[in-house]
Amino acid sequence: MNNDQGGRQSGGSTPGSGAAVVVEHLHVVRGERVVLPDLSVTVPTGQVVGLLGPSGGGKSTLMRAIVGVQQVESGEVTVLGEPAGSSALRHRVGYVTQSPSVYADLSVRHNLAYFAKVLGAPKDSVDRAIDAVDLRSHADSSVGTLSGGERSRVSLAAALVGDPELLVLDEPTVGLDPVLRRDLWNLFKRLAHEQGRTLFVSSHVMDEATRCDRLLLLRDGEILSDSTLPELLRRTGAPDAEQAFLALVDEAAANPREAR
Amino acid sequence: MNPRITLATTTRILRQLRADHRTIAMMLVVPCVLLGLLAWIFDGTPVFDRIGAALLGVFPFVVMFIVTSVATLRERTSGTLERLLTTPLGKGDFMLGYALAFGIMAVLQALIATGFAIWVCGLDIAGPKWLLVVVAVCDALLGTALGLLVSGFAATEFQAVQFMPAFVLPQFLLCGLLVPRDALPSILSTLSDFMPLSYAVDAMRTIAAVPEPVGEVTTDIAVIVGAIVLSLALGSLTLRRRTP
Repeated sequence: MNNDQGGRQSGGSTPGSGAAVVVEHLHVVRGERVVLPDLSVTVPTGQVVGLLGPSGGGKSTLMRAIVGVQQVESGEVTVLGEPAGSSALRHRVGYVTQSPSVYADLSVRHNLAYFAKVLGAPKDSVDRAIDAVDLRSHADSSVGTLSGGERSRVSLAAALVGDPELLVLDEPTVGLDPVLRRDLWNLFKRLAHEQGRTLFVSSHVMDEATRCDRLLLLRDGEILSDSTLPELLRRTGAPDAEQAFLALVDEAAANPREAR
Repeated sequence: MNPRITLATTTRILRQLRADHRTIAMMLVVPCVLLGLLAWIFDGTPVFDRIGAALLGVFPFVVMFIVTSVATLRERTSGTLERLLTTPLGKGDFMLGYALAFGIMAVLQALIATGFAIWVCGLDIAGPKWLLVVVAVCDALLGTALGLLVSGFAATEFQAVQFMPAFVLPQFLLCGLLVPRDALPSILSTLSDFMPLSYAVDAMRTIAAVPEPVGEVTTDIAVIVGAIVLSLALGSLTLRRRTP
């Protein structure tokens, strides 16, 4: 099972140097099911890294392990040089869950003001976060009265107020219209390329692959590919990310013993 | 733990309450309505003077227990608790934040309910009125603390509400309201010694009957405060940063 360690380092970034997240031999069981059998991966600093794959493939579990809320059986997860979930990381890592986790009975502003206080962020961070997710006109509306897409933007803003070095975003663009999706991906890129933040973003929409600096394809708890999109297309000869993914799935199915 | 985060949490909970008029009414009006009903039922008899003070301790306890257990469970199911536990917020900040916010509501509730019992329902007590308020606040806080603890064992709001009969009614039956505790069968009497609500009712009864009750009541209050601290500490153990 571990005979492919050499080939796995297709990213070229060695663990420890310039890596925001280093996951080594992560083994996670949820209920009766082994969600991640033996996963090793590295997320480089200052990039937008996309985690793509079908739902149920272990994306959320990997993200939960990185932010330190997932019980793990074995393996090591190092985030910004510290063990995942350690108290030193709590104001350096922002986490946005798949379903919006904000208070429905508070206004957008009061929600963000609370998270800003908890994170020890300056007062003006609230207004900056509201502008970043384009909710100025709804700032004083109760979150419960907003649409699903607006709520998930409030949830994202609640992580942005803390200006974290690593942002872990679980499907942040679900249910958003194309214009908003484009704007958010531009925001992610600005955060990474201009401010040196690291973004780890999951999606099950393959066309969002073109927005990422780097792509991880995760299926059934195994990393099928870890590269940039051009590299992936060259290797598989596929015209787009979706076709490349299908090609890799077929390849793994035809050759289960030595996937990759 | 960090005072800034604890107070921010209290402020946030009070803001949530302010937006929810029905829950505020539930906390402030329901104990008065129940006391009023009771005074009316026993109009012209000495019964209300005998049990009115004790119920002044029981109603805030029950109301706060329900409100708190559902409020904190909502925090778990909405994912906000998991999110908060990835931030610098400590478990103690969360528990104390709730205890403080509902403690403020408890003071309001105790003042209103005690005033209503004395001046509207004509409750006659031998001891000082302020001591009734102090014990009522402690009882409400006890309800909050137990509610925080119990919500850790409920998976849904549906279950949380059902904890009321499981946790509260046995205490209600054995606290000495129906039959004096020393007249209970010895096993039940011993059991009631381990139930914090018994001390609340003892304290209220003493205040109603004795002109100088402070010394006697202090022990009861100490037991109640101990139960509050213990529940909060146990409750914070049910907050886990890592979940399966």
